[in-house]
Amino acid sequence: MLSDLLAARMQMAMSLAFHIVFAAVGIAMPLMMALAEWHWLRRKEEIALTLAKRWAQGTAILFAVGAVSGTVLSFELGLLWPSFMEWAGGIIGLLFALEGFAFFTEAIFLGIYLYGWTRVPPYAHLAAGVVVAASGAASAVFVVTANAWMNTPTGFLLSADLPPRPIQIDPIAAMRNPAALWQVVHMLLAAYAATGLLVAGIHAFLLLRDPRNRFHQLAFSISLLVGGVPALLQPLTGDLLTRMVAEHQPVKLAAFEGLFQTEQGAAFRLGGIADMEAGEMRYALEIPGGLSLLLHFDPDATVQGLDAVPLDQWPPVGIVHLAFQAMVASGVAMAAVSLWAGSRWWRRRSLYESRPLLWAIVLASPLGFLAIEAGWTVTEVGRQPWIIQGVMRTAAAVTPMPGLIVPLITMTALYLFLSAVVLWLLFRHIAASPQTVRRPPVIRLERRRKAA
Amino acid sequence: MTALSLEFLLAAIVLVSLIFYALTGGADYGAGVWTLFARGASSNSWGPAQRRLIGDAIGPIWEANHVWLILVVVVLFTAFPPVFSLITTRLHIPLTLALIGVVLRGATFAFRSYHVPKQAAYPGWETIFALTSLFTPLWLGVSLGAIASGALGSEADTFYAGFMRPWLAPFPFAVGLLALALFAFLAAVYLILDTKEPPLQEIFRRRALPAGWTAVGLGVIVFMLAKRGAPHIYANLTGTAWGWGLLALTALLILGAIGALWRRRYVAARLASAGSVTALLGTWALAQLPYLVEPILLADAAAPPLTLRWLLAALALGAVILFPSLYYLFLIFKGRTILQDVAAEERRAKPRG
Repeated sequence: MLSDLLAARMQMAMSLAFHIVFAAVGIAMPLMMALAEWHWLRRKEEIALTLAKRWAQGTAILFAVGAVSGTVLSFELGLLWPSFMEWAGGIIGLLFALEGFAFFTEAIFLGIYLYGWTRVPPYAHLAAGVVVAASGAASAVFVVTANAWMNTPTGFLLSADLPPRPIQIDPIAAMRNPAALWQVVHMLLAAYAATGLLVAGIHAFLLLRDPRNRFHQLAFSISLLVGGVPALLQPLTGDLLTRMVAEHQPVKLAAFEGLFQTEQGAAFRLGGIADMEAGEMRYALEIPGGLSLLLHFDPDATVQGLDAVPLDQWPPVGIVHLAFQAMVASGVAMAAVSLWAGSRWWRRRSLYESRPLLWAIVLASPLGFLAIEAGWTVTEVGRQPWIIQGVMRTAAAVTPMPGLIVPLITMTALYLFLSAVVLWLLFRHIAASPQTVRRPPVIRLERRRKAA
Repeated sequence: MTALSLEFLLAAIVLVSLIFYALTGGADYGAGVWTLFARGASSNSWGPAQRRLIGDAIGPIWEANHVWLILVVVVLFTAFPPVFSLITTRLHIPLTLALIGVVLRGATFAFRSYHVPKQAAYPGWETIFALTSLFTPLWLGVSLGAIASGALGSEADTFYAGFMRPWLAPFPFAVGLLALALFAFLAAVYLILDTKEPPLQEIFRRRALPAGWTAVGLGVIVFMLAKRGAPHIYANLTGTAWGWGLLALTALLILGAIGALWRRRYVAARLASAGSVTALLGTWALAQLPYLVEPILLADAAAPPLTLRWLLAALALGAVILFPSLYYLFLIFKGRTILQDVAAEERRAKPRG
């Protein structure tokens, strides 16, 4: 039988894994629809308006599911981890309050955007879209900063009593925790890269079948721009974030790399299976001195291993190592494809003609969300057994409510059902996109002018 | 003294957010309930028009309205962490049920809006949307009733005592039903002014009147059950002049709303019905004092003053952005009709006066 702690962790993980997809889409899609609408306003290309409207329709469904699954999370913080919230509410709650306002702004202007096509002037409508995009990004900044605090808690002192309480709380110092900056940047770029490349992949697939379809060409260009540029930058922020983890959460880093023993000249291990009992990685491909070189620019530098802390403070190494490598591999592949597309654009000013490039983008399109889920696993499972790194154990935070397997099964069934419906609706939505549309707008516009 | 006033101010903000949620999000639930009565040819030939009206009325605003609930939650856990922890621990079951309703309802409303071109899936989504619009406010109301009953501090030595008894009682369920009736009433009253079609207005007037009377009846039942079911509140209300005064004000407002409906004064009915819900929630909150949530005193519940001050600053900053944005939203989708209604009502009233 599943323990209540494990059931609570699984329910939280499942809720986050579900919500993060909709949250990421909610950050990037509004930017894409605003860009499409802007293109329409500037170039008067009708098909761009069609594209903005169709993206808005898809976003409406995804945003609604994101909004309600986000509500679930705000309650689940208390339903599953009441002791954590009682402890940390006064320290990081402020971030959630700010996030609440960002969400308010996002919901208000999305309402205007979705239902206001004929009710507000065109530039006011575009501005509403920009506000949605900006407030979606702001929500992510606040929420990820709160998560970063769980990794590198600051802004309080511990009282002398047992268990310790937080004293001298300073919520602003909590916001400036060391993990916040790079975690926020990394997550924002991930949202744009994953959504942009996923959409680009869908339209690349449709372009392979219908290469002259202007609708897909335009959709492909915008989504590749929104996804590709962040995908190019992402390895850099990932590197900076890993260095931060190495400094502030060395045990987590050791789990990333499957480093059981503290080593001088630590090897970089690719793949492998963690053997917890023997305390080593089996079947891993080792690059001697690689990890030391990556982290400290010195192949002989010492890297702290899991053995620096007692066994009861180790995260589940196998999952974390696997997830970390899946994330990094996905990120590298996405950056490579984006680089290819970028260089082709640079040299030939064309994107749609290369079938190998289109195929590469199709193949890379699911990697972004795979990387997001893996990255979330890395940061959350990698912090275990702590809910607040070094301060509160997850086991101490869980609700006393028994039988947590019941809500776990219920919520999982609910989310599986919703996932299936959303996928089905989006599939139909994409299948119904405009058939071959050539590119005659400039001529048509001139004719209109003459007629006028 | 400063600390006390900070706490009081933040508790008031939680209350105001809850009132906004009831007046906007609550009415969205009510509108969902009315789709149950607007089905197919069996009901009447105006079924499709009613459903379209309901969809148009809540479509652009329901997500924004829903954020009030999130604001209640986040201000509660930032400013009063132990209270949030107590509520979410002891009311795990009704809150989880309400959340399932929130998720299904929001998602199916979006699915439903997407399917408008008369497709086979449409009635299915609408049925789930309508049923969860009934189900969710009931469980939110039960949770609120359990908080009001003062049972959250009871012994929790067994599963039943800890996680069932606080809410499995007549009083919380009566509050749940009252919330449902009030939301349905609010929605019907609002919907009258969301349409220009006299027959549709008449349909929702005929719905609003019985909903209003049901709410009055349930209100009386809740009051009578409160004697045993929520003794602290009951004692505060019946033992003080302000208590009786607020109860009378609440009763007067809801009866006034029903009277205005009867006389087809729809703007007045809208104001009075919203006023009655505001007065009811305000009365409850004042009667809870000196507790924020029994057994936690308001004075003992708060996070440190620095957190409270920053939270107030954040809320002030947020309000500066929020209220103009909300005003713009409602002006775009509701403004024109309401202003016209006020003018029309004045014109109609003039010959009489």
